[in-house]
Amino acid sequence: MRSPVAAALAVASLGALGAGFTATSASADWQPNRPVEFVVASGPGGGTDQFARLVQSIIQKHELMAVPVIVSNKGGGAGSEAFVYGKGADGDPTKVVFGTNNEWLLPLVTKMGYASSDLRPVASMAVDEFILWTNSEAPYQTAAEFIESARKQNGGMKVAGSQSKDTDQILVRRLEKATGVKFTYVPFKSGGEAAVQLAGAHVEANTNNPQENVGQWKAGKVRPLCVFSSKRLAYKEPVADGKSWADIPTCVEAGIPLDTYQMPRTVWLPKGTSDEQVAFYAAVMDKVRQTPEWKDWLARTSQSEAFVTGPAFADAIKQDETKNRAQFAEDGWLVN
Amino acid sequence: MSDFASLLVGFQTALSTYHVALMIGGVLLGILVGVLPGLGAPNGVSLLLPLTFSMDPVSAIILLSSMYWGALFGGSTTSILFNIPGEPSSVATTFDGYPMAKAGKPTEALATAFSAAGFGALVGVVLVTLLANSIAGIALRFSSPEYFAVYLLAFCSFIGMGSGHPLKTAAALLIGLSLAAVGMDTVSGEMRLTFGYDPLVKGVTFLVAVIGLFGIGEILITVEQGLKFDGIHAKIDLATVFRTMAGMPRYWLALVRSTLIGCWMGITPGGPTAASFMSYGVARRFSRRPERFGSGEPEGIISPEAADHSAGVSALLPMLALGVPGSATAAVMMGGLMIWGLQPGPMLFTEQHDFVWGLIASMYLANVVAVILVLATVPLFSAILRVPFSIIGPLIVVVCLTGAYTVSNSMFDVVLALIFGVVGYVFKKLDYPIAPLVLAMVLGDKAEDAFRQSMILSNGSLGIFWSTAIAGTLTTLAFALALWPLLSRLIGWMSARRVPV
Repeated sequence: MRSPVAAALAVASLGALGAGFTATSASADWQPNRPVEFVVASGPGGGTDQFARLVQSIIQKHELMAVPVIVSNKGGGAGSEAFVYGKGADGDPTKVVFGTNNEWLLPLVTKMGYASSDLRPVASMAVDEFILWTNSEAPYQTAAEFIESARKQNGGMKVAGSQSKDTDQILVRRLEKATGVKFTYVPFKSGGEAAVQLAGAHVEANTNNPQENVGQWKAGKVRPLCVFSSKRLAYKEPVADGKSWADIPTCVEAGIPLDTYQMPRTVWLPKGTSDEQVAFYAAVMDKVRQTPEWKDWLARTSQSEAFVTGPAFADAIKQDETKNRAQFAEDGWLVN
Repeated sequence: MSDFASLLVGFQTALSTYHVALMIGGVLLGILVGVLPGLGAPNGVSLLLPLTFSMDPVSAIILLSSMYWGALFGGSTTSILFNIPGEPSSVATTFDGYPMAKAGKPTEALATAFSAAGFGALVGVVLVTLLANSIAGIALRFSSPEYFAVYLLAFCSFIGMGSGHPLKTAAALLIGLSLAAVGMDTVSGEMRLTFGYDPLVKGVTFLVAVIGLFGIGEILITVEQGLKFDGIHAKIDLATVFRTMAGMPRYWLALVRSTLIGCWMGITPGGPTAASFMSYGVARRFSRRPERFGSGEPEGIISPEAADHSAGVSALLPMLALGVPGSATAAVMMGGLMIWGLQPGPMLFTEQHDFVWGLIASMYLANVVAVILVLATVPLFSAILRVPFSIIGPLIVVVCLTGAYTVSNSMFDVVLALIFGVVGYVFKKLDYPIAPLVLAMVLGDKAEDAFRQSMILSNGSLGIFWSTAIAGTLTTLAFALALWPLLSRLIGWMSARRVPV
């Protein structure tokens, strides 16, 4: 059972290595001497919460840190509560914040109590993928047919996603720009709710992460059309109707000129912490992502391996921020 | 395999010594965290979560769900004894439970609540057993218009509640709605009513408001009345508990009606909080002595408790089948599921057959264990009320404020609880009802989201609330309930006119 997954993972990680992986030297001059708090930028149960709690359980099991770790959820204000808390803990190396790309995107679209620079990037540990899904009763079999149908409906096609101005809506806006088609975006509290709305055929599509929709896919309620990635997913084990994640075409293959859209799983420290402290946590995270438990979780949730830290991570943030700033300015979302 | 055979296999799993021990331990821990306001079930379950990483998934879910059942019962205890609801869904229990306890009958109040809750929970489990395989399908038919219709029904069945002035009720309702709006808005992605003040970004936490409004507010009133709360002298023993239980069949109508409301609200994902409020409202509306509600009427305890627990129990499976948690506690449990290597969703029932039926079987046992344990603790908890106020008062304040702090480890929440304490006191003094404010805080935000999502879906047409059979029936029912006083007068007037003819 394990070996094909592991093989697929190896392929995936080789691919991700090219993206800009820098190894961290495990020169741990500094070590925490007090209990460490993992601050989660989401409520209990969400993807970010699982991410932080999994890292906690791996650290505990493999004894990667000498001090106990506690996890606390600060998911208020779309996760901004955690980042504001991180800002307040200026210089405290025992507060580690777990989030996504929302750390640098939220302050662009909403007046927030923190700036992206109030936190120091430690590592980006994996990326979650986005897939265009439709109800399995819907007539369109391919992404091209779906876009054509949406073009005819002229804005009537309803796409569900999480909260407004968050990752899902940003993606739908890009999809609109890439294809010149209008959609009606319906915001719900979470990807889980968007999955149920699509399975019940109350909306025509959603852009959920693989793991948010996989249950409904297996139950035959929804159908994947294309994945927003430059290459197909690596997982080749059949999931539903004899198809595997790797059988889903990329959106470029399917005729939508939208190359890559992914959500990184990120780790942060408060501003004012030292380079050694950042390096310590980067080294711990590097060990975490090499454990079988971590690889198992990625495979189970169909996320892709992509460990980035140090200057490469900082550059990636800057690039992504610039790109989104331009899009937000065009849409009139930009506030900062 | 038929469902019955599956259930028997499930019992085999659940009845091992290890699992029964986990159930008893989980229920006891649950009662403990439920009794301490603020600590609550979600925090308790997250504290236990790391312990379960090394367990078998069935054992882990049995431990966590047992703790959840225990916490639900524990939450009712503080509602009744101190007017401090431990969970949003036990707010409605305070309306009659606390007056009854204060009138010197805490044992009766607690025993009534627990018996009704136990009855509701067991009916809920039976229903879950019968519907296990089709349960996800029912919830899939629910979209925003249906949700809005459910919340509207909850609001409407509650309108005219309490003897307060209609304008005062409206004012309380609107304050509640404004409080629910604070923080990040889902539909627009904007911050609302935060005034650029960071701690408000996460919104006003319901539990903090309730701790202040009910707990601290009550203390302030008692202090003003010259510390006359000097404990009660009623006889407290297990015999009273049994006598109360023996008297329960008298209220069979309220029990059955509330349980039906609860089960229905649990399976269609309306949730236990809406269920308990709705059930209380309906009970008062159709009672032959509505004027006694609010002053210790047993039906006022039975109705919210039976509905709350039957909804809580029957909501767990749809949640697992849909992958959408209905409460903070369920969200933690669902996160646990993923860490144990299970995928919540429609396939859980076929892929993890033994897990699901083990859980269902454990729900029977854990709820029986929970009822027996809480009923046994009734004399102990009732005895707390014998302690003079000069001792128990400060303790309640300490428990309230620690509770407010632990909700999200924030000092700001403690200040907020104190402010709400003053608000609760002023409300009482000026005879403003607190219940509509609380109801609006719990359901206002959800109702608003559902309404705006419906408007996006329908392109602004109100017709969407009658576009499906479910939504149409619920919306019409809601309006009928809201206009019931008018309607009944009209019917009375018509029949009165017909008599001479």
